[in-house]
Amino acid sequence: MTARRSSTAYWTGFAVVLASLTIAPLVLPEFWRRFVTEILIWGLLAMSSDILIGYTGMVSFGHSVFFGLGIYGAAAALLSVKPPNLWLALLYGLTAAGLAAVFVAYFSTRLRDIYFAITTLVFSQIFYVIIFTWTAVTGGENGLTFAQPLLSLPGLWAARFTPETLHWFVLGVVTLSYLLLRRFTQSPFGMVLQAIRENEPRTRAIGYAVERYKIVAVMLSGLFAGLAGVLYAVQNKFAAPDFVFFLVSGEVVIFNVMGGMGTLVGPIAGAAFFLLLREGVSRYFTEYYLIPVGIIFTAMVIFMPQGLLGFAKRRLNQ
Amino acid sequence: MAIPFDQILIQTVNGLVNGMILALVASGLTLIFGIMDVVNFAHGDLVMLGGFTGAVTIATTGSFWLALLAAVLVIAAFGAALQATTLRPLLGRDPLTTILATFGMSLVLQKYALWQWGPSARRIQEPLTGQFQLFYLQYPWYRVLTAVLSAAIIGGFWLFLRYGKYGIWIRATMQDRIMASAMGIPVPWVHTGVFAIGAGMAAASGVLFGPLGGVTQNMGLDFTLRAFIVVVVGGMGNLGGSIFASILISLLEAYASLIVSPAQAVIVSFVVLILTLLFRPTGLFVPTPK
Repeated sequence: MTARRSSTAYWTGFAVVLASLTIAPLVLPEFWRRFVTEILIWGLLAMSSDILIGYTGMVSFGHSVFFGLGIYGAAAALLSVKPPNLWLALLYGLTAAGLAAVFVAYFSTRLRDIYFAITTLVFSQIFYVIIFTWTAVTGGENGLTFAQPLLSLPGLWAARFTPETLHWFVLGVVTLSYLLLRRFTQSPFGMVLQAIRENEPRTRAIGYAVERYKIVAVMLSGLFAGLAGVLYAVQNKFAAPDFVFFLVSGEVVIFNVMGGMGTLVGPIAGAAFFLLLREGVSRYFTEYYLIPVGIIFTAMVIFMPQGLLGFAKRRLNQ
Repeated sequence: MAIPFDQILIQTVNGLVNGMILALVASGLTLIFGIMDVVNFAHGDLVMLGGFTGAVTIATTGSFWLALLAAVLVIAAFGAALQATTLRPLLGRDPLTTILATFGMSLVLQKYALWQWGPSARRIQEPLTGQFQLFYLQYPWYRVLTAVLSAAIIGGFWLFLRYGKYGIWIRATMQDRIMASAMGIPVPWVHTGVFAIGAGMAAASGVLFGPLGGVTQNMGLDFTLRAFIVVVVGGMGNLGGSIFASILISLLEAYASLIVSPAQAVIVSFVVLILTLLFRPTGLFVPTPK
């Protein structure tokens, strides 16, 4: 009975959030409208990372690779094929991220914990150096700029993106991704991932092929991160090596911790919280906003490791 | 394309010098990990802070040696304070939490340095100017001095660990924390002490590196990344391993920079890391449990 009740409560909450996000572009001024769209994109990235960090317990600093490859992949599609095609961009971006994910997945099965985290960190830096120095292909430090593709259903119709339709498109993709990921995590598959997080040797002893689950988790995580990258490219129309720098991964980890690992929604909330905090704090501290924000983050790691959402969950359960 | 032999020799010397500085940083890191399971993401930033402290000291007193001493003492104390406040509550939690916590600290420290000292690089005057003839180059004495000093510091530390009373405490705690505690060794203080020593060593490398590359607020990242690689390749907690790995990686990078640009030469260390992880995941010197 409690399950039924919290389920309706959950879906009502979900509907409310969704509705408010849908009307957002209509009521908010330009800057905040873009801001909300960005929160959604970063939220998607954080959600994808949650699969690895929160559900499977593998901390990865390498999400910037998937994200960055999603951006550059989309850039490649949008620059090479005229007229720029949205679906081609998606295809290229996801493929690029997917290939990287296969690479990382291989290592995920052989390394545990810290070694995995360090390796993913090193990966991000390898890709960063490659993208930074391969100026001919990637534009090096200056990055690439490209035109925004049309929102099109092939064969049917095509229209330019307006800020509103772009926002709704992103919202649609993110919501679909969320529902899809939720389906995954609440399935037996998701349960096994959590089992791996809690006690890997035991999960293996019970008979689950831990390696296979890890590989799937990494692939899933990588693909959705790449998706976030494609969305980012479409929204901002440019690609730069900064996005492959491991600091992006670091921020994603921050979103996860702040919002609550292992909750899917948590990281989105964490992304929103961090970005809002950054906006607000940088009004007073300009570029030193990371000092208070960093302190808050460290304090949260120590005192509130279950994140905002975990904390709220506990409060609400009393 | 033949590379002139003396260029190779010069790069060997360069590699050795860089390797020693890196070893100084990495030994602190590997010890901190070996004794309290803390992967200190902020270690490179301790190097950076040491460099700045040194730069400030030298600006006021003009003495390099005073700067070195000041940096070591100040940062060691700072490290102790940091460990006591932020890392002690985390003892016993999984190591990933410490990575996150130290990552947060790293961000704060970097921006603090930016705020305090500005974005432009500080220079530290080397105490020993003058060069000697190394083949066709005039090779600065100072570089050799840094290698010698680093070796001396590490050597001194090793002797301390082997024979000093507190050194034995440290080794005991590293081997078996609970047993050491049962024997009456104040384990939390040993932890703080080791962190302080690691921080001090990092600060020393910051000052030593100062005249070579300048001191900027984001120099820490490079050191942290390299030190991580060294610690993994050499084996976490293995002092000798990390020294060997530092020299190996620095030598390889030095040779690589004869062929590709220095920016790309760093990939060498990454490749070494990946190869090590593929074949000897616990490090070159720690036998991989089957």
